[in-house]
Amino acid sequence: MITRFLWQGMGPGLRLFTLLVLAVGILLPLANQLLPPTSPFHVPAWVLQLIGKYLCYALLALAVDLVWGFCGILSLGHGAFFALGGYCMGMYLMRQIGSRGVYGNPLLPDFMVFLNYKQLPWFWHGFDQFWFAAIMILLVPSVLAFALGWFAFRSRVTGVYLSIITQAMTFALMLAFFRNDMGLGGNNGMTDFKEILGFPVQADGTRAALCFASAVALALGLVISAAIVGSRFGKALTAVRDAESRMRFLGYRVEGFKLFVFVLSAAMSGVAGALYVPQVGIINPSEFAPGNSIEAVLWVAVGGRGTLIGPVIGAFLVNFGKTWLTGALPEFWLFALGALFIVVTLLLPKGIMGLWGQIRDRSQARKAQGSKSGAEKARVPA
Amino acid sequence: MFLFRSLAVLFSALASLTIAVAALAADLQSLVTNLTAGSFGDRETAIGALASSGDARAAPILEALGAGQLYVRTSDKLVVIGKPSGNQLTLTEAVSGAAAGAATESELERVRVNNRLRGIIEAAVGSLTLMSPDARVRRGAADSLFKRPEPAALGPLDAAIAGEKDARVKQAFTEARAAVVLASDATAQQKIDAIGIVRDRGDREALSVLQGAANNAKEPEVKAAALAAAETVRQTLAAWEAAQNVWYGISLGSVLLLAAIGLAITFGTMGVINMAHGEMVMLGAYTTFVVQEIIRTSAPHLFDASLLIALPLAFLVAGGVGILIERGIIRFLYGRPLDTLLATWGLSLVLQQAVRSIFGSSNREVGAPSWMSGAFQVGQINVTYGRLWIVIFALIVFASLILLLRKTSLGLYMRAVTQNRPMASAVGIRTPRVDALTFGLGSGIAGLAGVALSQIDNVSPNLGQGYIIDSFMVVVFGGVGNLFGTLIGALTLGVVNKFLEPYAGAVLGKILVLVFIILFIQRRPRGLFALKGRSVE
Amino acid sequence: MRSTSALLYLSGVTVSFDGFKALNNLSLLVEPGEMRAIIGPNGAGKTTMMDVITGKTRPDEGEVVFDGKSDLTKLDEADIATLGIGRKFQKPTVFETHTVRDNLLLALSGIRSWYKLLLAAPTKAEKDRLDEILTIIRMTDQQHMLAARLSHGQKQWLEIGMLLAQDPKLLLVDEPVAGMTDVETETTAQVLREINRSHSVVVVEHDMSFVRALGVKVTVLHEGSMLAEGTLDQVSADPRVVEVYLGR
Repeated sequence: MITRFLWQGMGPGLRLFTLLVLAVGILLPLANQLLPPTSPFHVPAWVLQLIGKYLCYALLALAVDLVWGFCGILSLGHGAFFALGGYCMGMYLMRQIGSRGVYGNPLLPDFMVFLNYKQLPWFWHGFDQFWFAAIMILLVPSVLAFALGWFAFRSRVTGVYLSIITQAMTFALMLAFFRNDMGLGGNNGMTDFKEILGFPVQADGTRAALCFASAVALALGLVISAAIVGSRFGKALTAVRDAESRMRFLGYRVEGFKLFVFVLSAAMSGVAGALYVPQVGIINPSEFAPGNSIEAVLWVAVGGRGTLIGPVIGAFLVNFGKTWLTGALPEFWLFALGALFIVVTLLLPKGIMGLWGQIRDRSQARKAQGSKSGAEKARVPA
Repeated sequence: MFLFRSLAVLFSALASLTIAVAALAADLQSLVTNLTAGSFGDRETAIGALASSGDARAAPILEALGAGQLYVRTSDKLVVIGKPSGNQLTLTEAVSGAAAGAATESELERVRVNNRLRGIIEAAVGSLTLMSPDARVRRGAADSLFKRPEPAALGPLDAAIAGEKDARVKQAFTEARAAVVLASDATAQQKIDAIGIVRDRGDREALSVLQGAANNAKEPEVKAAALAAAETVRQTLAAWEAAQNVWYGISLGSVLLLAAIGLAITFGTMGVINMAHGEMVMLGAYTTFVVQEIIRTSAPHLFDASLLIALPLAFLVAGGVGILIERGIIRFLYGRPLDTLLATWGLSLVLQQAVRSIFGSSNREVGAPSWMSGAFQVGQINVTYGRLWIVIFALIVFASLILLLRKTSLGLYMRAVTQNRPMASAVGIRTPRVDALTFGLGSGIAGLAGVALSQIDNVSPNLGQGYIIDSFMVVVFGGVGNLFGTLIGALTLGVVNKFLEPYAGAVLGKILVLVFIILFIQRRPRGLFALKGRSVE
Repeated sequence: MRSTSALLYLSGVTVSFDGFKALNNLSLLVEPGEMRAIIGPNGAGKTTMMDVITGKTRPDEGEVVFDGKSDLTKLDEADIATLGIGRKFQKPTVFETHTVRDNLLLALSGIRSWYKLLLAAPTKAEKDRLDEILTIIRMTDQQHMLAARLSHGQKQWLEIGMLLAQDPKLLLVDEPVAGMTDVETETTAQVLREINRSHSVVVVEHDMSFVRALGVKVTVLHEGSMLAEGTLDQVSADPRVVEVYLGR
């Protein structure tokens, strides 16, 4: 039954795409590990790191799309879930440093020694164990999402109000994590990681494995999302997005649907953040910045909201553009990003994935000689 | 006439004082000579004697002594005051005040004092300047006596009180006398009376005087009275502190109001969510910067008017940009609020980067005109002119906006379009034009806010970012579509924030306010003053 | 709460919006199996009454009892729908990004909880019921078409199909013939009479010829209260009703 559940939403296109993601996640690390550096097909470690980073972004985009594209909840705070997952992983990695820190304290991370901590704060206990950290990576973002969603959805806070609330949430968290009293590294966050599961974080082999793990996580995210979207639950979910009050009058308790996807999506973001941190080697409060969350929304908008492939493509394209532009023309990057927001919302409401349909609609409309405008068909759930 | 009379009073007071102490004191010359001889203990006695002389000429001598500028010239043992000029010291005769040439440090012997003596000197100077013709100096003397009561000053104080005509100075003298009585060997009843006077003063200095009196009191009833009075003062102080916090809160609230009021128009009445609203504020602030730069280089005498010149310009710049945004982007997105949100966010990034490219990313200096600098006291509340003007300005903007909406045809059209667009259109209102003007108005007000905020915040490309979340919180908290709700919301949040700060710290206070609003919106999604009815849906 | 044999029982219901009384001490009884027409000029409180019954608006005062036992003022929309009250809006609202068949599947009475829906596959009985309804509304050929591509009339039919799928005890219908041709109006009246064989129906309507075609008991609302009740001929003869409709 579970396999049927997992397979039911996978159309042929999505299956192919998921296999492609997995193939990238296997072939690139192999090309790095097995081929000699002289080979033309050797993949350098920095490429692995970059691809691994993009894969994490793609998983975050998928999570945003699950709530926005399929349930109509525009969250401007998913970066917070991503960062919380990252912080959980960061705490595990800090504890793995042990006495190799600058101050050589076997129990306390360097920043705590620096801030005159005498003992480990209570919430740091358990993070020396990977299994515990792994549970927290899923649990912490989920609990926050549950708490916020429980109140918000029951009080029927929707639309821009909900968006602003989620933005305020991540802003408040950012302020909180900047404080040294939080016991989470304050301004500087956590860095200088040494080992993950006993392997050195900087080693090429570890990078290869992390890139692979990110690809697997993304593929898993695609399969789970597809299963949910393709189920009767998914049909009800998109119906909630399109006409929430109609669903209520049909007897559906809308809050449950929203809460489930919101929590699931938060957990997915947490996993993405957790895989991201060892690959970039640092986590600090700026990950909570409201701008980050909105940027993730843009990836979804560029790729195509309400599709599962779109957010992945969007995350890769926008971030590739960002990597390239911030290197080549750093002044220009914010102009490009801002313009992208405007252009996509004005001209490409369905993103790249909707481009084909948009062109088809337009040509059909032209054939129909303007008997009906394409506007009605091009309507998208905002 | 007034001057003459006060001088006459002063002279008669001086005369009576001199007669009163004449029997005790030898002439000034010998008193001054006594200062320079013997141990620190002897010097203390000499200072006391000099202070009791009540001779106005003694004050500068004692001041010089305290500052380490009183010397004995080695050659003729003349006591002189030496002021450094170049490598040498310019000398004046201490007693007569006549010039006495110049000398190097090696030709003189400095009259030494220690910290204990410095305290005593300060008090002694205080009692001597009680006779100064300048009311401000007299009051300052009373204050310094209050802080460092010297029993020896009791006599001069009594005399000064008797001769004083200025009620406020007299009050200060009376308070200083009470403090002196508490430090002296007066009777218990006198001390208790004095405690009453000090208590009524009710400020931080009064508290420390009372605490000192309680610690030193030998009689139990004096101790009890001092403790009770200290408690009363503590409560008074707490009340003043609360009042001060309310003022800070109103001041912060008026800043929030300025930032939010434009948003209340665009979001509240049009339903358009403009994430670039903060950037409109930033444009207003940069307009102020540019205006000041131009004035500085070409017409410096206009500097005090720079903000007044900047106001209309900021309104036009931000309003014009607002109209462009509405015509170029937002009108294509009506009915798609979430897309509007994203597009305007993108726009905010573009505007920030544009300003950064033109003006650089560092903070720009915007100066305060003279009428906005300085501060004054209301009771124990400290009010700076800058903040006061911002509060007044916010209220003026708010009132004009209300008037505009209620009394002008544009306001009428705006209300018509927001309530029933098809109907407004049907009766011949050009709704697209009203949309553009409404949006321009909201943005223009943001520009006005920018002029005010340039006075209290860093003018940088990120200026607007700090206000956007706060502004939305204010609008939503107050109730969308209700301008008075925005006013109440802004002031409430400002005051709450300032009351939380002492307990939680600035950052945690802000976090708590955010969490509070997040919870509040979930309890009452439509804010404090919600509109009810079917039209809301 | 009073016990009553009526299917729907409203007593002394008052709703005010900022001082304006949309409903003013309104009372109404609908018996099981009955069809009732509610008429009244604009602003008489017809839609607000529907909102109160379906839980969208909470009354300030008064009782609303369904089926003799459920206090509707304490329940929300989803609870009330599950109890068996269906509502058809004036403007057809179907799920535009779903196919016709999926629209009916969503409306089909049965599973409503989100966790059961995650793993639920349509049963044979459900499939048969969907086919049956598609036949009734004559949309078998369009069943895989997206609802967004349907014409206005087809959407109306789809919505009626959804109501059949929902199978409520009481059906609230808001201005079903607004903007319809005479022929369509007549067909709709037929369909409603058909539905009334197995369901109780409350119809809110302006159109007098349509109400006449229904041939049922009529309640006239005016300024949030009941003005008159009886057959259409009886209420038409009532001078107060004439005054309200024709003006002073």
